[in-house]
Amino acid sequence: MRNRPTWLILSAAIAAVAWTADLNISPSTGSKVSATFKQEGVEVQTPFTRFTGRISYDPARVAAATALLEVETGSFDFGDAAYNAEVRKKSWFDSATYPKAKFQSTSIQAAAGGFQATGQLTVKGRVQTITVPVKVSATSAGSVFDGSFTMSRKAFGIGDPVWEGTVDDKVVVKFHLVGGI
Amino acid sequence: MKVAATQRPLSATHYTRTALTLHWLIAGFILAGLFMGWTMTDMAISPARLKTYNYHKWVGVTVLTLALLRLLWRLTHRPPALLPMPRWQQRAAQGGHALLYALMLAVPMSGWIYSNATGYPVVYLGKLPLPNLVARDKVLADRWHEVHEVLATTLAILVALHVLAALQHHFVHKDNTLRRMLRWRP
Repeated sequence: MRNRPTWLILSAAIAAVAWTADLNISPSTGSKVSATFKQEGVEVQTPFTRFTGRISYDPARVAAATALLEVETGSFDFGDAAYNAEVRKKSWFDSATYPKAKFQSTSIQAAAGGFQATGQLTVKGRVQTITVPVKVSATSAGSVFDGSFTMSRKAFGIGDPVWEGTVDDKVVVKFHLVGGI
Repeated sequence: MKVAATQRPLSATHYTRTALTLHWLIAGFILAGLFMGWTMTDMAISPARLKTYNYHKWVGVTVLTLALLRLLWRLTHRPPALLPMPRWQQRAAQGGHALLYALMLAVPMSGWIYSNATGYPVVYLGKLPLPNLVARDKVLADRWHEVHEVLATTLAILVALHVLAALQHHFVHKDNTLRRMLRWRP
């Protein structure tokens, strides 16, 4: 009883931290973002090496969560300079004009094991509303958000007609986001 | 296996039809693979380049498979003895053939590992995905690229020596060495 004020202050402080748990996402926190697609029947998973994000997440109030992820299209890395240069061209990502692809959540709904994030996907200046299932797990490193969604690259004007029939239209974007404070 | 029984060498002077077939099939695929390997790296980024890389890999997997079959055949069917020649030439022939067998397996294997290390799985004929032997890793990819190139160059030199030796036997020594690799025995 004597310690009651201390406890109150302490729990209030913990609650405040939890409430405003803004998590920073970047490759340096161990996060990964990649795109998987088929070329000539061969599935290739290619990573983006630069991205930043901010997830505000409180397990007690999932619906209040927000998520923002910005990926540098010029960081798409085939591990080969010639292919990297190709994919940054105007007909593909046009990284000079559109350096970033972005997902900004507009509404989040709790779901088993995590949540469903609905939001706007902006790539190469075009916007689409998508819903992405996200699995949330608590690890010693912090909250981890895993998920993937499928998109049509052509819907965003990505791809040279020359490669039609060689590179599939369907692209699966996978993410493994580790929240750091 | 009736076929195996009828194809056993009647004497020690000629090769089985299976051995002949495998020899010439592999010879053709090796030449195709080497040719593509040397030209494709200079191609500009294009679907044609991507396709050529895939065909090169399919050729490699074909050589690997045929070489395994051939090795199995060789271990179960004695090839004809070498024709009379100086001892050093016999040694060179035996050593060269052993190295050719090793490289028929090692060159495709190193290419497969190299491809996986660059993040590209090998899908045989675009239909049959082969297991990934290593995970994507830039440092590993560079290392295996070098290994693949050195092994392939060694194979090319060895193939050239093999052909020259066969021609020498045919035109200089005028013996049956080349002829018996061409004669199809019914």
